[in-house]
Amino acid sequence: MSYPASAALALPELILAGSALALLAWGAFAGRASVAFIIAAVAALVAAGLAAAMGPLGRAFSGGLIADPAAVFAKVAIYAASAVAIPLGDRWFAARKIAKFEYPVLVILAALGMGMMASAGDLISLYVSIELQSLCLYVLAAFQRDNVKASEAGLKYFVLSALSSGLLLYGASLIYGFAGSTRFAAIAVAVHGNASPGVLFGLVFLICGLAFKVSAAPFHMWTPDVYEGAPTPVVGFFAGAPKLAAMVLLARVLNQAFGADVGQWRQVLIALALMSVAVGAFAGLVQGNLKRLWAYSSIANIGYALVGLASGGAAGIQSMLLFMILYVIDVTGFFACLTALSREGRPMETMDDFSGLMRERPGMALAMTAFCLSALGLPPFSGFWGKFYVFKAAIAAGLAPVAVAALVGSIVAAFYYLKLIKVMWLDASTGQTDVPVAGARAVTFASALFAFPAVMIALIAIDPLAHIAAAALALR
Amino acid sequence: MSGLLSLTTFAPMIGVAAILILRLFAKPDDPRAAAAARWIALAATLATLALSVLIVARFDPSTSGFQLTENADWFAGLHYRMGVDGISVLFVLLTAFLMPLCILASWRSVTTRVIEYMVAFLILETLMVGVFCALDLIVFYLFFEGQLIPMFLIIGVWGGKNRVYAAFKFFLYTLLGSVLMLAAILAMIGIAHTSSIPTLMTFRFAPQVQTWLWLGFFASFAVKAPMWPVHTWLPDAHVEAPTAGSVILAGILLKMGGYGFMRFSLPMLPHASLQFTPLIFALSVIAVIYTSLVAFRQTDFKKLIAYSSVAHMGFVTLGIFSGNLQGEQGALFLMLSHGVISGALFLCVGVVYDRMHTREIAFYGGLVNRMPIYAALFMLFTLGNVGLPGTSGFVGEILSLTGTYGASTWAAILAAGGVVLSAVYALSVYRRVIFGEMTNPALGLIADLEAREVLIFVPLVAATLVLGLAPGLVFQISGASVSHLVDAFQASARLGR
Repeated sequence: MSYPASAALALPELILAGSALALLAWGAFAGRASVAFIIAAVAALVAAGLAAAMGPLGRAFSGGLIADPAAVFAKVAIYAASAVAIPLGDRWFAARKIAKFEYPVLVILAALGMGMMASAGDLISLYVSIELQSLCLYVLAAFQRDNVKASEAGLKYFVLSALSSGLLLYGASLIYGFAGSTRFAAIAVAVHGNASPGVLFGLVFLICGLAFKVSAAPFHMWTPDVYEGAPTPVVGFFAGAPKLAAMVLLARVLNQAFGADVGQWRQVLIALALMSVAVGAFAGLVQGNLKRLWAYSSIANIGYALVGLASGGAAGIQSMLLFMILYVIDVTGFFACLTALSREGRPMETMDDFSGLMRERPGMALAMTAFCLSALGLPPFSGFWGKFYVFKAAIAAGLAPVAVAALVGSIVAAFYYLKLIKVMWLDASTGQTDVPVAGARAVTFASALFAFPAVMIALIAIDPLAHIAAAALALR
Repeated sequence: MSGLLSLTTFAPMIGVAAILILRLFAKPDDPRAAAAARWIALAATLATLALSVLIVARFDPSTSGFQLTENADWFAGLHYRMGVDGISVLFVLLTAFLMPLCILASWRSVTTRVIEYMVAFLILETLMVGVFCALDLIVFYLFFEGQLIPMFLIIGVWGGKNRVYAAFKFFLYTLLGSVLMLAAILAMIGIAHTSSIPTLMTFRFAPQVQTWLWLGFFASFAVKAPMWPVHTWLPDAHVEAPTAGSVILAGILLKMGGYGFMRFSLPMLPHASLQFTPLIFALSVIAVIYTSLVAFRQTDFKKLIAYSSVAHMGFVTLGIFSGNLQGEQGALFLMLSHGVISGALFLCVGVVYDRMHTREIAFYGGLVNRMPIYAALFMLFTLGNVGLPGTSGFVGEILSLTGTYGASTWAAILAAGGVVLSAVYALSVYRRVIFGEMTNPALGLIADLEAREVLIFVPLVAATLVLGLAPGLVFQISGASVSHLVDAFQASARLGR
């Protein structure tokens, strides 16, 4: 394929890369992020999303970059989540007098990395895109550099993530060594259902590396600390979109490079999934800090997404995609709520801070209740529909015992979600909450309304899109 | 009119919308807003009652199929399907009948956060009516499981001292059951490639599969019904819930267990139902005898009625799994009757609780001296609970026992002993509370029923007596559907699957 044709396929990436550089130059001269700057950053993401949605489909750069319906599906969601994160974070930093023009640029670069992850067609673009994304996230985690906890979060994230990148790179090199190619399609031809031990070794390392990025147990240790230390809107950002990107990437590697070896990787995924559900459910029980709590909740939820992926086939991938989309919206809303609320100038982060919220701020408390019930997977909230797809696929694939085990895990987790609801509805309030930040409040309400009732109509549209995307991923 | 069922189901939501709009323009603790919320809730529940009467009026009892059906495409192969048959239409009516009484019963006793309370009850009504109208597995599950949230809040926010514990216990027990049912539902959809309940009722699952599916449904319905030994959430939930919450819990939520067995287990999984009948009979007989004995030892009024409910649900499950016409009709009738009588009994407790703020049986005594009307009403419902001929309780019990006798002599004999035990605990508590000398000086000024309370009890008395004296009214409606259920079940039992 000619270079211009390849470039046309990579248009969303080019837009983002170009605008990141332009914004960097603009920021360097202006010295601060004005409103126009923020609008330009959001516009860049919107433009990239439109380019992805309307651009041509195909394989660019000899298969290194794939623009297919799955990539489009993921990119639109990722860019949208990033576009929400920019104003949210900027307002939050501005309120703390640490707003910097680098923040939008870093989010755009991270979005670029995530978009490339969704499009990666060989091991090299896989690695490069993951690193681009991760490097931005390390910096974002430590953005409050005068805060000890934030710096610790950034450092911890960096060191542990570097370890996982090592695992991933080692796995990739093993696969390349034994399969003779870095391109997924060529690996699939070389391996073709009877993977040699070397390839399997590589595959397991690769899965472990990616499990780190999505924070699946037992590679989850960084999550609670990083979530706790990092700035709240940033957590909302990297609890959502990067995980979606990594899950799409995982789905692509497993299905397009190792599609014939389902039997080999399925067990690994099931083990990761059940461990994640168990860790997320049990460890969450003792958390008092809501950011930590939601870290464990996200570990458990990634477990469910992995159950969907382990089910295999288009139905399994579709369930994973839908689950992740609904989850991203949920988690964005939850952290937007944490961003919006404060009590006497202090951010509300612990369970006790939320006591009596239903009396003080019924709207926010109802939204929070919706997020809790959704994360718990109670119908008719969006989280239920995610689980509905996942477990339907799992049971159809003959994984009924896995499904039942994961469902029982959700009952354990129910306890902490209920505890938060109890605190908000039943307990007496301990002080005065401040007026919620307007922008973050709007995002909270929008996400809560999506969680219920909009999801029941939105799924009519999302369901067929996810179906097409999943079919593309399942294609070998 | 094809949207009648949806209209009835979502009519309370119109009330919710009205209350929320009101809330936007009122201060949180404005007493006028609270009063308006009460009236709106009452109007919405009465409108639902009127609509459900209309449903019954339009219902054609001569056919066994689903009527007033609605069907709309949804996503992922799901459909929004609604419809009623002779069994579910009765439960719709029961729900709509009890709800206005609940609102009236909460008129004075609920004074905090009235707006939220009324909204929770109206949402609950939508979900309860929806459960009985749903003809799609997933739609059914949405309504069924959604009830956990408002009920959790009703117990948790407006309950008694130990309400948080009770609310958590209620939620987690029920969730465990329904999560296993969800697995069974998804497996059913996977095997039969449809989520339509009418289609699934004629689908034949392989015997091996039936066993697992049955256990999944059983987990949910056994907790909901509740059956021994997973009944322990019920006494706690009842004791802590506000009066109206207890009425709904005993009157309708428990019935969903029995309804589920009749709607899913028996017609869809006949082989497994037959296979597990001995288990059900054993658990039911234990429930009848054991919980009756436990009820006898209770010192808390509401706990006593709660245990009595478990015992009565034992008769219901016996009747359902007897698999013959008398058993099914008896179980159905007993559920309706118990819905009315146990609701009335909880309201009776609520009356004295509102006055004295204690549910200790020992606290009361000699109430007949100050509250003659109350004593008479309480007498009627106590006897109805015991199963005195002429009250609705009798018809249901005698029929389900007759049906059980046809399936298992031993179970019937043992359960019949439970009837005697129910007389023992019910009459002894009646004697202790109503008769005797009024020894407690605190009771000296207790007042008899006021007009509002009489208004609540009149429909309940009427229902108890009408159902008891003219049970044919119910059997006329349910006849065709229940015979069809029994015929299909016995035919598959003969085929061995």
